[in-house]
Amino acid sequence: MSRAMEAGRTLAMGENEAAGGGRQSVDAPFGKALARLGQERENIVGLTADLGKYTDIHPFRDAYPERFFNVGMAEQNLVAVAAGLARTGKQPFATTYGVFASRRAFDFVAIALAHSNLDVKLVAGLPGLTTGYGGTHQAIEDLALMRMIPGLTIIDPMDATEIDAATVAMSDHRGPVYMRLLRGAVPVVLEPGYRFEIGKARQLRDGKDVGIISTGLMSERAVDAAALLEKRGISVAVLHVPTIKPFDAETVAAFAASVGQLVTAENHVVVGGLASLVVETLFDAGIVRKVTRIGLPDRYIECGAVPTLQQKYGLTVEAVVERIVGLQ
Amino acid sequence: MTRNSPPAEADLAALRARATMLRRHMLTMARGQGAGYIGQGLGIADALTALYFHELRYDPDNLGWADRDRFLLSTGHYSIALWAALAEAGIIPVAELVTYGADNSRLEMSTLDTTPGVEVIGGSLGHGLGQGVGQALGLRLDRSEARVFVELSDGELQEGSTWEAAMSASHFRLDGLVALVDCNGIQADGPVVLDMEPVADKWRSFGWETFEIDGNDMDAVIETLAKARQRNGKPKAIVLRTLPGKGVRRIEQSEKSHFFRVDVGQWDAIIDEFEHSVGAKR
Repeated sequence: MSRAMEAGRTLAMGENEAAGGGRQSVDAPFGKALARLGQERENIVGLTADLGKYTDIHPFRDAYPERFFNVGMAEQNLVAVAAGLARTGKQPFATTYGVFASRRAFDFVAIALAHSNLDVKLVAGLPGLTTGYGGTHQAIEDLALMRMIPGLTIIDPMDATEIDAATVAMSDHRGPVYMRLLRGAVPVVLEPGYRFEIGKARQLRDGKDVGIISTGLMSERAVDAAALLEKRGISVAVLHVPTIKPFDAETVAAFAASVGQLVTAENHVVVGGLASLVVETLFDAGIVRKVTRIGLPDRYIECGAVPTLQQKYGLTVEAVVERIVGLQ
Repeated sequence: MTRNSPPAEADLAALRARATMLRRHMLTMARGQGAGYIGQGLGIADALTALYFHELRYDPDNLGWADRDRFLLSTGHYSIALWAALAEAGIIPVAELVTYGADNSRLEMSTLDTTPGVEVIGGSLGHGLGQGVGQALGLRLDRSEARVFVELSDGELQEGSTWEAAMSASHFRLDGLVALVDCNGIQADGPVVLDMEPVADKWRSFGWETFEIDGNDMDAVIETLAKARQRNGKPKAIVLRTLPGKGVRRIEQSEKSHFFRVDVGQWDAIIDEFEHSVGAKR
């Protein structure tokens, strides 16, 4: 394909990056859930570092302006101020992009929040490859960085239903949480009544030939790929692991034992994140398995249209199907 | 102490005697460990005395009192001074001070917030002021009159996060927030390695009502803390010019004041000299 033919539209910030599969969607599920919770939980406060509109926290800001603080482009201070608010009994939800929450504010997340086990929730936009803005904005390694922080809970939700449920679960949980955010019009994949529980994996589909262990938006792709593969005679199970930490090792090990080939799928580099967790889990359980890791390579990704980039780097449904067919 | 406002009159003689007690405790702690951040501790002793025995509202028997004033020690390695103040205030036992820096002691050489009376985890410099901003915002949401005092140092001004916090404090008009900027002229690599002057002008330009005083002059510290009570829409910065090792001549004169280590015989000589200088008969 020529360079000119490859070129697509670069999605600007603020547009939807997760919608796929022609599904129904919900606008700003995180902000709506937070605004709803804010009504009954008066100690919830919102913060952002000049990315309120871009991290879906505007419904909370509009409902509770006196409980909302924009600290400007200063992510270290965002986390420090949230920590201070938590010390006065507030429950801060602070938003920025994943790259800034992890790379830039790391010491503050580790020391100001996690070391003191403060009740602060970080909600981080543009996880993995969900923006065409290139390496500066693509949080391709945030899960790897954040999972090294003791006591930090990490959630990578797959759809609008789960974002809503995880927002409630985060608020119920006492302690620091890092949640990856899908923003804008977020597809609805999970059935209403889906139960999200911190630290629990959910099997979304049964199958025997191949088992995909997935997290975040890749769980939607995995479910869709499994449906297509079934038509080609390949039976694929999908285990969705929305909580990266604490990791549901027991369920993952049992799932691995129940399927033929094992595949991981994550919107993240294939080192340090879900794939590494699965491999560590299997080794701890004494299970030696070949694991095919679907995810981003260990390199910075260029600018471009998100669909083009996701296709190139193997995150689309089609790419997952091809990869699994190739294993047979 | 437990009260709605600081006393109208300060007993300066009593406060100076208390500062001497803090210094005495610090020397005991440092001698026990053979070393410590004694230079910084002795330098800030007068300001901590003024806070804990005059300005701050707190209840040693109810550390979680929601309306207490907060004191955040951002420079965790000044812990030697905080432990001395907390012991004098009756928050930790005086007898425990000798465990400073020892294995399993809760009186760490750099503060963790697990010790009673510690309002923030110190040590990673550049954290304290931002956490102070958050606490001041939280107290204002609760319509509390409590104030937040944050100690930070001249070396710490080199951390960019300090200025992120300074900007936000004036933006949010946190007039119950008081920064105590300890300018003692030393940092880990020696005399301040990056010129931070003019310190007071920097704070003023960030929208803070700023005072600059001799931080070892009890009279000036008390008087300035009183001025900083004004609720005028501006956070307050008090630039304290302090002498590392203040009150202990051999430490004042040491070139290695960032972390002071001498043998036990020298500690005894230092303590004898200190006691002689403060008029104790031994």
